[in-house]
Amino acid sequence: MSSPAANAPADTATSGFSIGSLIRRPEAGSLIGFVVVYIFFAILGGAVFMGAPGWSSWLNIAAEVGIIALPVGLLMISGEFDISVGAVVPASSVTCALLSGQFGLPAIVGIGGALSVGLLVGFVNGMIVTRTSIPSLIVTIGIMFAVMGLTLGLAVLVKGSTSVGYVPDPLTKSLLGTFIGGMFNVSIFWWMGFIAVFFYFLHISPIGNWVFALGGDAESARNAGVPTAKLKVSLFMMSGFAAAFVGIAQVMTYQSAQVAGGQPFIFNSIMCAVIGGVILTGGAGSIIGIVLGTMTFAVVNQGIFFARLDPNVGSIIIGALLLAAVLTNDSFRALALSYATKKK
Amino acid sequence: MSDKKVVLELKNVDKSFGPIDVLHEISLKVREGEVLCLLGDNGAGKSTLIKTLAGVHNATRGEILVDGEPVIFSGPRDAQDRGIATVHQFGGTYPLMSVGRNFFMGQEPTKGFGPFKVYDRKKANKIAVEEVQKMGITRIDDGDRLVGGLSGGERQSLAIARAVYFGARVLILDEPTAALGVKQAAHVLRIVNEAKKRGLAVIFITHQVMHAMTVGDHFAVLIRGAIAADFRKGEKTREEITDLMAGGQNMADLEQEIEGYMEAHDGHPPKVEPAE
Ligand SMILES: Nc1ncnc2c1ncn2[C@@H]1O[C@H](COP(=O)(O)OP(=O)(O)OP(=O)(O)O)[C@@H](O)[C@H]1O
Ligand SMILES: [Mg+2]
Repeated sequence: MSSPAANAPADTATSGFSIGSLIRRPEAGSLIGFVVVYIFFAILGGAVFMGAPGWSSWLNIAAEVGIIALPVGLLMISGEFDISVGAVVPASSVTCALLSGQFGLPAIVGIGGALSVGLLVGFVNGMIVTRTSIPSLIVTIGIMFAVMGLTLGLAVLVKGSTSVGYVPDPLTKSLLGTFIGGMFNVSIFWWMGFIAVFFYFLHISPIGNWVFALGGDAESARNAGVPTAKLKVSLFMMSGFAAAFVGIAQVMTYQSAQVAGGQPFIFNSIMCAVIGGVILTGGAGSIIGIVLGTMTFAVVNQGIFFARLDPNVGSIIIGALLLAAVLTNDSFRALALSYATKKK
Repeated sequence: MSDKKVVLELKNVDKSFGPIDVLHEISLKVREGEVLCLLGDNGAGKSTLIKTLAGVHNATRGEILVDGEPVIFSGPRDAQDRGIATVHQFGGTYPLMSVGRNFFMGQEPTKGFGPFKVYDRKKANKIAVEEVQKMGITRIDDGDRLVGGLSGGERQSLAIARAVYFGARVLILDEPTAALGVKQAAHVLRIVNEAKKRGLAVIFITHQVMHAMTVGDHFAVLIRGAIAADFRKGEKTREEITDLMAGGQNMADLEQEIEGYMEAHDGHPPKVEPAE
């Protein structure tokens, strides 16, 4: 990846490094949060948590939610929410398992079908959001229920049950659903790939500018010639695609697709983005931040077990982190904006 | 009449938003090297008219001609590609983005290899800072600064500098001086004159008679969406223009009314809603 200082829109440093400019970078808060949380659980969890078992357990969680958190974070930067990811994950799993497992079609057909489901749901979300004035929160909740209902209906109709089994061929399994060294899910590498692509899209390509502008002032962006509707539909399709990808990875890993169970992705992906410094009102955020937020979330999520704490404590920590993140996001933004007025 | 070349022409343009008719039968000629001042009361339809010229709205009826050719803009981008650059009345800048990124929004400079385009931050920042400084805002010297940290007038200047930079042929400014101090306003007027000298056609919207009279060659007054007067420099007095801008009301009468009110209320002026 390229040097982060060169790309984020909120970049404030021009030459050289100073504590001031580092602290004003939007990722600073997320980095501090991650380090604090990691040290906390490293102390409680000990050597096991700091060794391969610990790393693999939280990285596996991070990869799953992280792949979805990237486009969800992008949508939040552009001022929109996508709740429907919670239904796309199981819908894609079931589609893949039905096509390749139940009907015995080649794996690639199941994968293609599942990804198409994600893209289609994203397209429908995007079209409704851009064509009407209904907030995306409501639109995607509605779509989530519709997709959940369709998934359940389809599974029961075809298979007569709420779970569909599928044993993938060894190659497909090794690419999408295996544990390397018995511990690290291949999804971690896919996540890295997604990170690279999204980093390029948001921070290096000129289109990244438009994403920030959408969240900053969509009307002005449209007046400036940014194809706002097209861009928004594409962003929704990205999150549909990513959620479908996770659904596929799940069915390849667990060899069975469940019609329910996608709901945790809804809040978790939003939390990862917020902990990562994405501003809830849109217009600011970064890929590095979202990745750090995801890692923080995953460390808490898994660290609880290594530290032998009550899982409820984990929920409390996540809640506190979220509030702290929103507060620091606001103050970091204020700091960044104050830069111009202070320096005479 | 002027013998300068007509760049942009409207023929009987109507614009309605559903059942609301905002513009009626607008016919106008915009010539290169001339400043057209668009005057009119609040809600007269000035912004709607220029949004139609900027490709934001499509005319409901009537024709828009660029160099004598009828065109239908497919969007703001299309109008920009034909050399029409606009500073809209509200917004136009993104507070949480840098000066450079604001300046080049929608027209980002890129460098790169094949299909992989890379946003050229150095170039964007350099040009943005140069152009903004040309506007007299020398306080901005770092293209990475967030626009949210600038004053309202500085932001406005940024938006104008941007339009001047991209406005190849027609420059449209919707109340560009509204948020500006005396010095910056004078600067904008100088820029308008400069653009005119360079042969650009300028459409300038303002509520200030002095500003209009300083730069205008040609004036069009909109009252409730129709052209109520269309005249050239020197054809009307300042008082007449003021009356027309107030929607055809006689301002002298209005002033007397206010004085009468003040006498009746122990010298207190009536409470007036602040004009935008
Ligand atoms: N998108 C829209 N839908 C419906 N009505 C609109 C729309 N845009 C503008 N109008 C109406 O058109 C009329 C003219 O508005 P416009 O903004 O063009 O006025 P203006 O002359 O620019 O006023 P001001 O001097 O206050 O800027 C107003 O009555 C406004 O309510
Ligand atoms: Mg207006």
